[in-house]
Amino acid sequence: MILFERVSKRYPNGREALTNVGFRIESGEMVFLTGRSGAGKSTVLKLVALLERPTRGTVTVNGKSTGAMKARHIPAFRRQLGVVFQDHKLLADRPVFDNVALPLVVAGMTLKEIDKRARAALDQVGLLGKERMLPAELSVGEQQRVGIARAVVSKPPLIIADEPTGNLDPDLSLEVMRLFRRFSDVGVTVLVATHDQHIVRELAKREIVLASGEVQSQGQGDSDNNDPDPLPHLVAKR
Amino acid sequence: MTPGIFGTRHAQALLGSLGRLKRNPLATILTLLVIGLALALPAALGLFVTNAQTATGGFSNAIDMSVYLKSGVPLAKAQQLAAGARQRPDVARVVVIAADQGLAEFRKYSGFGAALDALQTNPLPNVLHVVPRPGTNSAADLDSLRSYFAAWPEVDVVQLDTEWVLRFNAILAVLRRLVLIAAAMLGAGVLAVVGNTIRLEILNRRAEIEVTKLVGGSNAFVRRPFLYTGLLYGLGGAALAAVILEAAVLVLDPSVATLARLYGSSYTLQGPSGQVLAVLFGGGMALGWLGAWISAHRHLRSIEPR
Repeated sequence: MILFERVSKRYPNGREALTNVGFRIESGEMVFLTGRSGAGKSTVLKLVALLERPTRGTVTVNGKSTGAMKARHIPAFRRQLGVVFQDHKLLADRPVFDNVALPLVVAGMTLKEIDKRARAALDQVGLLGKERMLPAELSVGEQQRVGIARAVVSKPPLIIADEPTGNLDPDLSLEVMRLFRRFSDVGVTVLVATHDQHIVRELAKREIVLASGEVQSQGQGDSDNNDPDPLPHLVAKR
Repeated sequence: MTPGIFGTRHAQALLGSLGRLKRNPLATILTLLVIGLALALPAALGLFVTNAQTATGGFSNAIDMSVYLKSGVPLAKAQQLAAGARQRPDVARVVVIAADQGLAEFRKYSGFGAALDALQTNPLPNVLHVVPRPGTNSAADLDSLRSYFAAWPEVDVVQLDTEWVLRFNAILAVLRRLVLIAAAMLGAGVLAVVGNTIRLEILNRRAEIEVTKLVGGSNAFVRRPFLYTGLLYGLGGAALAAVILEAAVLVLDPSVATLARLYGSSYTLQGPSGQVLAVLFGGGMALGWLGAWISAHRHLRSIEPR
């Protein structure tokens, strides 16, 4: 669950990125965050992932208020998140398997469990067999799927994605978004920042529209448009 | 986290650090060379002082004291005084040289035998030849002993002929201090070298650190491989320093043996002892770890995912 209550964010350079933003995203819900460049989408995601803290207001994620969270508690908090970026943020000198396994290594899992979970995640994004390849040897779409596998491998209750289809062609974009929807179908909260209206219309999920750092509208999506084949063994049912 | 997983994570961090050092052989060798030389210099100076002390035995056998009694003090009283002096814990040996024995020896070795025959009486006093116990022959100890004898009413003069030994020992003491100062300064140099090397590595791996923190890696988790890198630099530098010392001993030993033979000694140069090597390796690893910790602690805090 994500709850923003009258949240404002002003950066040190004086730019007011968000002003009195408020919304609520329930557990298991998939929501699109849309708006033009500079509308505040990335700032919302940064506040959720505790990469930034609000100047005013309260941000609550997975039941925890982030505003006053101590630095030593942030790593454990972030282990409950899966984050997907437009530029993937993969480690260029590590093979695909190591990239996907990183959150599990950080979490202190056994080598056996790491191997099992990382392979399962790669299988679900269609990259099993390419685990020894370096990111540079993959296509852009495959790199994005590695990023998604890394985000979901530790079965987080919340996935956030910042323009995850920015570098992908329309077909691949839709495929990636359907993947997110399947995670949502099994109880994972998914928040996707995008400016691709085609995808938003196609998946018919709730849309929060930001404009100049304020919530312009919060539409209601079509919750009946579910994928028939969720991923129960990859993402735990909640 | 179970102890098994904890151990596995540390082993992985250690192997990862080894792998990174191996992938940059030139940079690694240059860094190890600087650390090795910095550790070898104070160790070599320390080895020189130890060898100088061992070769001379601190000249402890050369330190003695002549206690000249007043002319009228009889031999029996001299022997009584000698017996009292032998009770002191800082006295190893006291030999009574009777006035007659002294005159006989003087007659034998001075070449003034005929002139001495002209003397009506023996002008020499009874003398106590005092050898201090080894370990109690510092300037302060000897001064204390001299004062002890000088305070006797039967004593005329206390003569210490071995001031040069004290000067030699004082020079060794100065050198020992110099070893400590050099070790402190070069140790700080090792800290700086390792710290700067780790700083550069942190900057090179900024993207990896950001991603690791983003997926929940704590500062301790991110810091671990850098600490192992520092530890390995210290270990490698200490190993190189040990090799440099052994090589120096090997090269110098024939010359030192020749010099010792000219002084009638069979002394051979001593290499670093097990204790010295333990200090060298322990100190090297501790400095490497500390340098890495300081650098990592300082620079990792400023790297946060964006």
